[in-house]
Amino acid sequence: MSTTITTVDARGQSCPGPLVSLARAFKEAPQGATFELLATDPGSKSDVPSWAELSGNELVSSEAFEDGSFRYVIRKAA
Amino acid sequence: MAITEDRVEQGATLADLLQRVEALEAERGKAIQKKNKMTIVAWGGNLDRIWPTTILATTAAASGMEASVFFTFWGLFAIVKPGVRITGDNWMQKMMSVMNPGSAQKAKLSHYQFLGAGPAMFKKLADDNNVAKPDELIALAQDLGVRLIPCQMTMDLLGLKREDLLEGLEDPIGAATAIREMREAAIPLFI
Repeated sequence: MSTTITTVDARGQSCPGPLVSLARAFKEAPQGATFELLATDPGSKSDVPSWAELSGNELVSSEAFEDGSFRYVIRKAA
Repeated sequence: MAITEDRVEQGATLADLLQRVEALEAERGKAIQKKNKMTIVAWGGNLDRIWPTTILATTAAASGMEASVFFTFWGLFAIVKPGVRITGDNWMQKMMSVMNPGSAQKAKLSHYQFLGAGPAMFKKLADDNNVAKPDELIALAQDLGVRLIPCQMTMDLLGLKREDLLEGLEDPIGAATAIREMREAAIPLFI
């Protein structure tokens, strides 16, 4: 089982920037590939789960930090 | 004898079931099959319409949905090449193009235009907040596979030619094809 996590740094980007960065990273990745998305867009709190639902990928975890940044772990489903 | 009767009975039931299946299939054939797709009719050419249009289209594509945008009326000016100035063959079409400078970069606001200061302020705010601008979003949309489709009738009406419009657009279509696009889209929007 691979435990490699690829980082997608979308800090500073606004809607729909983080999702587009994520989609780009996912496009070439194999099934099961895991990514962490770093973001500062407060809209990502609702948008990343929505994106995961729309695209059929798995949101493994989401964290909000005190500095106003967020970290999401998403696994590619298919 | 009983077995024969059973068979006859079964046969009758099967025929009945087949008939029902046939009727259901016919019914289903008439139903509209929706796709995981968003189609936007981009009617407005104002910055405050083209912006959400391009944000929604790119986000849909980034979410794995099919996405298409049908550009009609004022929306068509948003996909005019940035360098193209005056378009059209007669004075009316030319005047229309002067009033509506082409490309998403030159789009005006429906409110707070302030002789051009409004859009400039909006873009400054967009830069400060790292929000992609409509012309960048149109390029991004093309990159993500969003189908951008001009309206043939409006092109004729406004005297816009294929060479006046951005590269990489689909062939112009009419209202019926636009309706077909919308009919199969789970999310059809008019912006």
